[in-house]
Amino acid sequence: MGLTQIFASILTILLVAILTRGTSRVLSLLALSVLAVFWFQPSVPLRSFDFWIPSLTIFLVVAVWFITSQTGAWKSRQNLIGLAVIAGAITLVGLTRYIFPDPILTTTTPPRLILVIGFIMIAGISIAALTFLSRRLAFTLTLAIVLLITILLILKSPTLSLQLSIFLRELTGRPTDTASALDFRWLGFSYISFRLIHVLRDKQTGRLPELSLPEFATYVVFFPSLSAGPIDRAERFASDLRKDFALTQDETLQAGQRIVIGLFKKFVVADALALMALNDTLATQVRYTGWMWIILYAYTFQIYFDFSGYTDIAIGIARLVGIKLPENFSSPYTKPNLTQFWNSWHITLTQWIRSYFFNPFNRWIRGYKIPTWTMLLLGQLSTMLIIGLWHGVTVNFILWGAWHGLGLFIQNRWSDLAKKRIVISNPRLQVALNVGGILLTFHFVALGWVFFALSDPSLSQTVFMKLFGL
Amino acid sequence: MQSPRLFPLLLKATLLLMLFNFAFPLLSGLPLGKLSLYNKVFPGRERFPFGENQRGYNLSLFNLDAMFAAHVLVGAPKADDEYRVLLIGDSSVWGTLLTPEQNLAGQLNSQNISACGKNVRAYNLGYPYISLLQELMILDEALQYQPDMIVWLTTLESFPKEKQFGAPLVANSPDRVKRLITNYQLPLNPDDPALNHPTTSNQTFTSRRKDLANLIRLQLYGVPWSATGIDQFYPKSYEPAQTDFEADDSFYDIKKSEPLRDQLSLDILDAGLNATDLPMILVNEPILISDGANSDIRYNFFYPRWAYDQYRVMLAEYTSSRNQPYLDLWNLVPNDEFTNSGVHLTPFGESLLAAQVGDAIQNFCE
Repeated sequence: MGLTQIFASILTILLVAILTRGTSRVLSLLALSVLAVFWFQPSVPLRSFDFWIPSLTIFLVVAVWFITSQTGAWKSRQNLIGLAVIAGAITLVGLTRYIFPDPILTTTTPPRLILVIGFIMIAGISIAALTFLSRRLAFTLTLAIVLLITILLILKSPTLSLQLSIFLRELTGRPTDTASALDFRWLGFSYISFRLIHVLRDKQTGRLPELSLPEFATYVVFFPSLSAGPIDRAERFASDLRKDFALTQDETLQAGQRIVIGLFKKFVVADALALMALNDTLATQVRYTGWMWIILYAYTFQIYFDFSGYTDIAIGIARLVGIKLPENFSSPYTKPNLTQFWNSWHITLTQWIRSYFFNPFNRWIRGYKIPTWTMLLLGQLSTMLIIGLWHGVTVNFILWGAWHGLGLFIQNRWSDLAKKRIVISNPRLQVALNVGGILLTFHFVALGWVFFALSDPSLSQTVFMKLFGL
Repeated sequence: MQSPRLFPLLLKATLLLMLFNFAFPLLSGLPLGKLSLYNKVFPGRERFPFGENQRGYNLSLFNLDAMFAAHVLVGAPKADDEYRVLLIGDSSVWGTLLTPEQNLAGQLNSQNISACGKNVRAYNLGYPYISLLQELMILDEALQYQPDMIVWLTTLESFPKEKQFGAPLVANSPDRVKRLITNYQLPLNPDDPALNHPTTSNQTFTSRRKDLANLIRLQLYGVPWSATGIDQFYPKSYEPAQTDFEADDSFYDIKKSEPLRDQLSLDILDAGLNATDLPMILVNEPILISDGANSDIRYNFFYPRWAYDQYRVMLAEYTSSRNQPYLDLWNLVPNDEFTNSGVHLTPFGESLLAAQVGDAIQNFCE
């Protein structure tokens, strides 16, 4: 989200907060969120794909709702209105082609209205067919999860993305020699897919409460948290939506404070640090060990302020309309060990992975008679590898995941050992150990960012050599 | 603690912001550009900040105070045995496409030459864009930094009267230009519309936010500059200087039939040469002498032969009449030692120039 989009979001959400109540508030948020999916979508070189990609997002959201909701739920008045709002919002985006000479909600002119209406009709038929099948086939939910993971894998893998781009260029009769892995940028899919998987999985385990279509769709594409999270839980989000809400002075002040702090973090601190933060170019250009550390520290703080700034903005904006998005950061660089770091860094992602991978994996592996330390190693390593792969299917993200997986394992073993054998009664020594732990954890995390920030292991190696004067 | 009330808080915040915004012009006299981390936290830059490509850890800003404050000249205490030479000129002196070590100043410093029993240390005060007035402005400011000699490299393109206010640095420094006009009694209009004269409304904080942001960005670029020693983006390839031309012998709106001298800003050159009693060498810098299509009409993209030939004769007579040390190095560099322009040299071309300039520094020192 750029500054214009942030300010537009604040203004529109204030209007919603002031002018609407109950169902109309939910429907207004739904309409705004659907429009925002189009508005926030970055430009893509493939013709009209800045319209079709957001349309696919909305299609996926509605399809998942249909296959996870009770039979016939769509016939209720609220859900029919929800469907009309969604279809209306998409049509409205299509209509801007005829109303405005320059595109206003999409980066390029939307496709002709007949194509938009055609899409809505095909989407409707597809969803009806999917729903019909899902009532008869037990594995539809699993299939949907696999489909989402497959799309995520393609989008996150530079090689597969490139192949997809070449395929789409061939399909649309465009030259393939200029194809790039960045051609098919799908706004917020990492977050949208995780929200959808959470719903599908909870449906499978019978933990998913009934949600109306407006509640469900607003939850998945809620515009303040569309592009950078946090990843809320559907039932918690819906409970906020259902509460009576009237914007008070206190709420406004607190939300405003949060937004201002977020804007400062993101657009002043992070953007300033970005000018000197580690990247592929600086990795090879920096000449001295001391400066390489400074460049690395700059990246370490830039990524934190960037990400936590966005989170503050999202939380602040959502608060203006009575949605209390979960916290995503809690002073992570002041934590004395890696476990605590991960409990305070991108908290909602960590919780998601814990709920839907780590815990099930641990339950599954306990069935095998293997030593505890091996179970722990496998659990930590595979969890962190998945977090790494979620950021991108590249060797460097795998190395970053492995770095943290092994770090967590070693820290866990050490804590276990120290707890049994070392008793510290001197409070000063305890403080010193605590400070030492913070410094050690901070530097371990900072060194891990070397993999995260760079595109290639050889560049990471170059940086490590320079960091240690080799 | 009781929360503040929303409306009064917003009102106060808005009023304070407006007050600050409109009171900001009162600070316009403060030399904010002189506040710099360069030469304190970061090493000074070997040449003035210039460029819009972030990969060069550099930016163009129109604040001469900030440009000097970032320059190594300002932070370099002059040693007893230093013979301080300032190089004034355009992008060819600044060193487009060249590293700080490859440009003229870098090559002179690597020669370890001595003059008048002292060690020559050359400072690159070249700045892209060709205008004598811009060069005078930089020279005027630089004189306070204890130079022992000035080497002023110039070319015909700097001379046309209509070019003088065209340099962005000049256009955005109206106060300095006015001072120059007064101090050097230049026949220029201080209220020329080409100068971006400040008004109260464009001096507010919101109007000047980009200038202020640029000052901060320059400081932030100090980190990558210090870490890498890189201060411009070096593209892997560039468009070579043009060698084939249309059959066109025009040079600005200057008529062949009129004396060239009347069309050029020799008074600004005069002012510069009279600005100090220090030894000053004027150098007519090397140009590309093309052998391509219509090269019998034009030497290069900039110059038709008739204009450039007249200019050389004029400059030789001018310098001779005032006993001005002068090097006419126009044809010193072979045409394959130019990069992307008829005045930008390769490292080898610079070495040829550095050898000549180095000799002249030794010969003309006092």
